[in-house]
Amino acid sequence: MLTAERQMIRLPDGRSIAHRPLSPAERRRRLLASIGTHAMLIATSVMFLLPMVFVIATSLMTDHQSLTRELWPRPFEWGNFAKVFARIDLLRFTWNTTQIAVLSTVGVVVSSIPVAYALSRMRWRGRQAAFLLVLATLMLPFQVTVVPLYVIFVRLHWIGSLKPLIVPSFFGDAFSIFLLRQFFLTIPDELSDAARVDGASEWQIMTRVIVPLAKPAIAAIALFNFLYNWNDFFGPLLYIGTNKHLYTLSLALSEFRTVHHVEWNLTMAASLLFMLPVIVIFFLAQRVFVEGVTLTGVKG
Amino acid sequence: MRFTVGAERRRRPRRNLKRRLTILAFMSPWIVGFLGFILYPMLATLYFSFTKYDLLSNPIPYGIQNYVYMFTKDPDFWIAVRNTVWIIVWGVPLQIGLSILTAWMLTKPKRGMKVYRTIFFMPSLAPPVAVALAFLFIFNPETGPINVLLSHLGWHDPPLWFYGRQWSKPAMLILGLWGIGSTMIIFLAGLLDVPRQLYEAADIEGASGWQKFRYVTWPSITPVVFFSLVTGVIYGFQFFTQAYVSSITVAGVTTTQAATSVGSPNRSLLFYSVYLWQQGWGNFRMGYASALAWMLFMVTMVCTILLVKTSKRWVHYAGGGFR
Repeated sequence: MLTAERQMIRLPDGRSIAHRPLSPAERRRRLLASIGTHAMLIATSVMFLLPMVFVIATSLMTDHQSLTRELWPRPFEWGNFAKVFARIDLLRFTWNTTQIAVLSTVGVVVSSIPVAYALSRMRWRGRQAAFLLVLATLMLPFQVTVVPLYVIFVRLHWIGSLKPLIVPSFFGDAFSIFLLRQFFLTIPDELSDAARVDGASEWQIMTRVIVPLAKPAIAAIALFNFLYNWNDFFGPLLYIGTNKHLYTLSLALSEFRTVHHVEWNLTMAASLLFMLPVIVIFFLAQRVFVEGVTLTGVKG
Repeated sequence: MRFTVGAERRRRPRRNLKRRLTILAFMSPWIVGFLGFILYPMLATLYFSFTKYDLLSNPIPYGIQNYVYMFTKDPDFWIAVRNTVWIIVWGVPLQIGLSILTAWMLTKPKRGMKVYRTIFFMPSLAPPVAVALAFLFIFNPETGPINVLLSHLGWHDPPLWFYGRQWSKPAMLILGLWGIGSTMIIFLAGLLDVPRQLYEAADIEGASGWQKFRYVTWPSITPVVFFSLVTGVIYGFQFFTQAYVSSITVAGVTTTQAATSVGSPNRSLLFYSVYLWQQGWGNFRMGYASALAWMLFMVTMVCTILLVKTSKRWVHYAGGGFR
């Protein structure tokens, strides 16, 4: 067997060692296994992609064609997307949704960082108990608090405004606190101690040492909260109610088909427009998502 | 530097006070939030659950009548319970099983893993309202692609899916399984964490594929299975948006008339949280809704405690316990 045909294994320090050459039978077995793996994965991918393909195809059909059983648009009706804008005030709903999502995210990030800091990087009596309480609220079904909260917001005359969807975010979010704390714990104590020797206050240590190091975790909670509020339906349904000026995209879309008596093509076009920002954000920040989700499940 | 020595502490009372105030200040958002948005509302819900309350007039004391009505007279309550149990009993194991399966497939290829991962993961981020509408279209009995395909395959009387009470829950299940991506990602991380040497050792012992899964893979991922079980059950009780959107679309009503038609068709999609919303915000029976909420809270607690209790028998923590 020639050296060139040998499999080379690269060691971490850059050197390579020659590996035992593969027999033809072994090579054939591996090739078949690889084909099998990809066939399986491609089949599964098709199942995951098919709904999206149907949605996109239908969103491009003419009104008439979307009443038929045909699956592929003929001709392509790109004007459907413009029609959605004409049918509902999509810009206004997008603006409302963006306001809620951005402001809530800011609130959660700003309020959760100090709490997570105190729960992970300062020592005090009752810290463990406080952390367990945070964990417990994570398990709490939101239904058990929602009636009195609604009553409070009615009394404050906040129903029919965006406030009930934004203000509570400024008081910490259990999930974000949990995730940040887990991350803060992985930062070595020596870094804070060095800053303390230099006379830094806890606030300074948090903002100058810990926050810069915890950027991935902060990005993850920001993304999760943005997405949660962007997608949320139950909150807006309760608190915005029938005030159409403040409708979010979720609310507007939920009754789009019924209210506007439209065919599936426009409904699918509107759904696509609603998903679009999520898709864009996902592609821009896929790594943050994947790392963030992983952080929630395994380190628990 | 931390001063934990007693003498050191006594010498610096002012510093100690300042430290406590700092901690209090850092914790304050959560303290206020916990008291105002969790503890008070929880207790108020408990109080409301013993009253008759329509939001317009003050709550009227009602004893345990709400609970008596719930268990003995209200037929819809049991329908909601049955529907919710159905979706949890089928949905959670299927979600976990398929997540493990897809995650396992992702560990196999040498190249292209990230592309597949993106495809499997992305649907789980899509807005639930948009997903519900997409599946309502895909499964619509007249022109939906699924029934078009089924009739091509020779099924001339295909199911009505979301439009019929027999197939609405299975259709909802399929809709849910499309979004298993985030659970799958957690399992993928768990699978990639299993030390390679364990598999190599198993290979040397001549273990079969199933034996390797049962004795090497499974013990390593039990913490993730446990996590998904607990969150799956909790989430199952709160299942709302997809069922609500599906029902109002099928019934052809808007949000203002939704209260009369949630659960459509034929109350087959009347899940617990949907029913709670209908009682509270549709019929303005806030006292009864509070009783339903408190019941939900207790059931969730019992389920979580039971799962934690049994977990000691089958969940293996590599580090030897909760970190």
